[in-house]
Amino acid sequence: MDNLESLTSSALQAIEQAENAAELDSLRVQYLGKKGSLTEQLKTLGKLPAEERPAAGAAINQAKQQVQEAINLRKESIDSAATSELLQREAIDVTFTGRRQHVGALHPVTRTIERIEDIFSAAGFDTVEGPEIEDDYHNFEALNIPDHHPARAMHDTFYFDINTLLRTHTSTVQVRTMETGEAPFRIICPGRVYRCDSDLTHTPMFHQVEGLLIDENASFADLKGIIEDFLKAFFEADLSVRFRPSYFPFTEPSAEVDVQCVTCGGEGCRVCGHTGWLEILGCGMVHPKVLDMSGVDSEKYSGYAFGMGVDRLAMLRYQIKDLRLLFENDLRFLQQFS
Amino acid sequence: MKFSETWLREWVDPEISTEELVSQLTMAGLEVDAVESAANQFNGVVVGEVISVEKHPDADKLNVCQVSNGNETLQVVCGAPNVASGQKVPFALVGAQLAENFTIKQAKLRGAESNGMLCSAEELGLAEKSDGILELPSDAKVGQDMRDYLALDDTLIDVDLTPNRGDCLSIQGIAREVGVLNKSQPNTPNFDDVPSTINDVFSVELLSPEDCPRYLGRVIRNVDVSVVSPVWLQEKLRRSGIRSIDPAVDVTNYVMLELGQPLHAFDLDNLQKGIQVRRAKQAEKLVLLDGREVELNKETLVIADHKKALAIAGVMGGEHSGINNNTQHIFLESAFFNPLSIAGKARMYGMHTDASHRFERGVDYDLPKLAIERATNLLLDIVGGEAGPVVMTDADLPESKVVKLRASKVLSLLGIDIPAPEIEDILTRLGLEVVESVNESGNESWIFKVPSWRFDISIEADLIEELARIYGYDNLPISSASTGSKLHALSEAKLNLRQLRRRLISFGYQEVISYSFVEPELENKLSLPQTQAISLSNPISSEMSVMRRNLWSGLLQTLKHNQNRQQDRVRIFESGLVFSKTADNISQDAMLGGLIWGNQAPEQWGERSRSSDFYDIKGDIENLIAMTNDSSSFSFEAAEHPALQPGQSARISRNQKILGWVGALNPQIQSALDIPGKVYLFELDIKILEEAALTKVNTLSKYPSVRRDIALVVEKGHKYAEIEALIRQQAGEFLESLVLFDVYQGENLGADKQSLALGLTFQNPERTLNDEEINEIINKCIKALEAQFNAELR
Repeated sequence: MDNLESLTSSALQAIEQAENAAELDSLRVQYLGKKGSLTEQLKTLGKLPAEERPAAGAAINQAKQQVQEAINLRKESIDSAATSELLQREAIDVTFTGRRQHVGALHPVTRTIERIEDIFSAAGFDTVEGPEIEDDYHNFEALNIPDHHPARAMHDTFYFDINTLLRTHTSTVQVRTMETGEAPFRIICPGRVYRCDSDLTHTPMFHQVEGLLIDENASFADLKGIIEDFLKAFFEADLSVRFRPSYFPFTEPSAEVDVQCVTCGGEGCRVCGHTGWLEILGCGMVHPKVLDMSGVDSEKYSGYAFGMGVDRLAMLRYQIKDLRLLFENDLRFLQQFS
Repeated sequence: MKFSETWLREWVDPEISTEELVSQLTMAGLEVDAVESAANQFNGVVVGEVISVEKHPDADKLNVCQVSNGNETLQVVCGAPNVASGQKVPFALVGAQLAENFTIKQAKLRGAESNGMLCSAEELGLAEKSDGILELPSDAKVGQDMRDYLALDDTLIDVDLTPNRGDCLSIQGIAREVGVLNKSQPNTPNFDDVPSTINDVFSVELLSPEDCPRYLGRVIRNVDVSVVSPVWLQEKLRRSGIRSIDPAVDVTNYVMLELGQPLHAFDLDNLQKGIQVRRAKQAEKLVLLDGREVELNKETLVIADHKKALAIAGVMGGEHSGINNNTQHIFLESAFFNPLSIAGKARMYGMHTDASHRFERGVDYDLPKLAIERATNLLLDIVGGEAGPVVMTDADLPESKVVKLRASKVLSLLGIDIPAPEIEDILTRLGLEVVESVNESGNESWIFKVPSWRFDISIEADLIEELARIYGYDNLPISSASTGSKLHALSEAKLNLRQLRRRLISFGYQEVISYSFVEPELENKLSLPQTQAISLSNPISSEMSVMRRNLWSGLLQTLKHNQNRQQDRVRIFESGLVFSKTADNISQDAMLGGLIWGNQAPEQWGERSRSSDFYDIKGDIENLIAMTNDSSSFSFEAAEHPALQPGQSARISRNQKILGWVGALNPQIQSALDIPGKVYLFELDIKILEEAALTKVNTLSKYPSVRRDIALVVEKGHKYAEIEALIRQQAGEFLESLVLFDVYQGENLGADKQSLALGLTFQNPERTLNDEEINEIINKCIKALEAQFNAELR
């Protein structure tokens, strides 16, 4: 039995000194495997007298168990060292910047148009678009602006030939919609418009959104309601709104709408020309001649139309101080909208 | 229309402040654009009298004057050439302040003491430029403060009138409006008719009676046009923004401002026989007052004598028939012209005058008589002379308009029930007359006669607007009836532009908006030769003179703009219409275009940087195409486009329709634009791209898929798309996906060959596929590839 003891103690010593899982595994085979030296001890039992065999067997099994436990213990300690070494090795600086693709952004004018569309969409207005090269009829005649009407002089029209022009307003789309559809109508028409004018406060191309509602019994009170609601929704503020009589050949009565200056709150500043008011859109009840010319019965139907300058709304909303920034497409400007 | 508040208040003087007046006008639709003081804020200037003038002993250009300020006589040195003893002049006393940093002090000028300064109109802010000191009328009271004397504590109000309100282009018109708003009757100044003292008349014939239905003329003999207009007249003109010219012109301008009637004064001696109002002869010539010679056409109404055209009616007089320094006898014209006959004529000749501005908007046809009497009165006062009788020639005057108004329509259009008496009150205050009325309760209606000065009222809606205006837009009710509505159908069978834009943005593209008109030379280089560009006939500049046929001009310009601002990586897109002409048809198509330039990834530490290339931009397009859920209907094929580099450009089609183009910018254009590094472009037709299939979900297979990789060596000339199509055709229904995962070119393959590594994944929804089946499919594919492309397995 001396042999068993010395075998056990040398096994335990070897296990204690094992440095990795592989070494440990070969020790396991060496001592506990089918032909391991401890396992071999069991074969010596047959040479012992019968009465000594149980005690000797128990001693061998105990030795095996002791060695197995030592292996398990050692294994745990090796594994945990390996894990902590792995963690150490793979640690990174999480404050490095992430790898990413830059994302782009919508142009502020597009963003503003989408915002206007969304607000009116909730009230059932569909978005409709139309051609930008127009004929004289749809840009002027059908809107009750006959040839030589003084209002024409205010439009600074770009022409291709005597009858073909770049639309000066999106009101053309209401005409085209009424001509081809059946009342009632409830549309807004965003788009590019053009006027032959270029200075600090005018670009030869700009954007408008036109709105049109035609129904039985549509009234000026409804127009006032939707415009006031819209302006409050657009600017997300409970702003004062005022309606002033004005003139557009295609509406009667016509109104110019001012909103309390969003920059100074009505105190008066550079943006509002020290009046406290911003002129924001034009509107009115659609002129009966315009309805009749486009095939809508002006005795049965009435309606309102409104038009607003998108570029100005975008400038007010995002505090853009120089109109020219809008079409220079400087990425340092545009990427502020991502 | 700019006017003096004081002048207005001579006509109508409600008890409201300037501020209230301004707001009242604005809220009645007469938008006030500007409010300013009538003169500089000077003080300490009085009416002085020049007692004596002596030459300065030591300075040629200076005079030593003794000037009375009413209390004492002071010595003043004056450099003005026109100073003379006996003159009344503005006298700035010692201590007077003429401007913020300009105070008059006692001084010595070349040894002569000076106690103050004699002032010009310019120095007082009464004129832009003066030649000498301002001479005041001899009846000016010496010692009176100049501000009081000229009533300079006045406000100038500039109203931006809409084209329908020609009736407000005068003090009388504004006063009428202010009277209505304040319920006070304007006190029309009393203008007496001027009795004739001579019998001279000049004949008038209306040869185009529809254009000119009324013409009044009057001869005034023996006038003295060398006198200067009185200061009060000059001041009133100045405050309306009109320069004093000579007394005759000043008087006609004054009456136009006061009453709204443009007048014209001819030199009678330069007129032959009589006036004929007629259409011009084709190519008839006329030298205008401003010295310009114009060639007239038959559309133009002229005032002529028996020999030639004298003036463009209602627009501008001629040089030879106008008042000049030698004029002795005047023929004064006061006429009514049909607005439609005058409209657009000034513009046709590149002009815009105070007269044309009024006549094309409409001038009251009952006004010419009053105006000619008023003008005669003033002329006789200022230039003297004897007036002949007024001769009025009438033809077909417009009939006065009558318009019906129903109370029910007022209610339905304005959403408010204005009581019938109030409706009547408002409209009659505006000068309309009730011709007929029905007083059935709830069904009231009227027929109103429109006053001769309102050309803008002809239908019921016009009357309703007038009602609303005077009632006050802000007093009209508000309803939220139009905000409730049906739900929309939201189509998924069409991609909308919003989705496409957002996808591009997520790939790093920035949206831009560029002008639709571009520079023609670059535009032409970038466009397909079989299309034709459309040019503007009146562009702002040659750089913006032709409509774009594709979006690339704007994108390239944007690239250049940003390169010049140190950007080293640009990814941009734009959506918008492009324009071209075919025969007599103009097409306007909505396009989506993009450009990438620079590194594929933004600068960072993590990965090796590389430049974007064709397959990067193609991948972005494939991702847009994937949104249609119908990718198999699209195809890319090598094709040439003048904007793109041959060999690196593809035409994209969808079911035989051309969707658009993608490729590298043509190197010649690139070097002409001086762009370093390659630029890639695409443009897609939105109408063709937007058709989408609704997703129908496939059942997911429970059985495992099997992947086989093959590497094929083929000649480079074979297009991958054809190879892929053949594999898909041969592999049959169980091929679930096919991926090209490696392309290799190397000397060991031969210079003209390349190896393509493909991963094929198979799956059967109903059972597990076995090796034999898959081997069979692969073998079939390889055989076909060998046969068709001479491909070899590597």
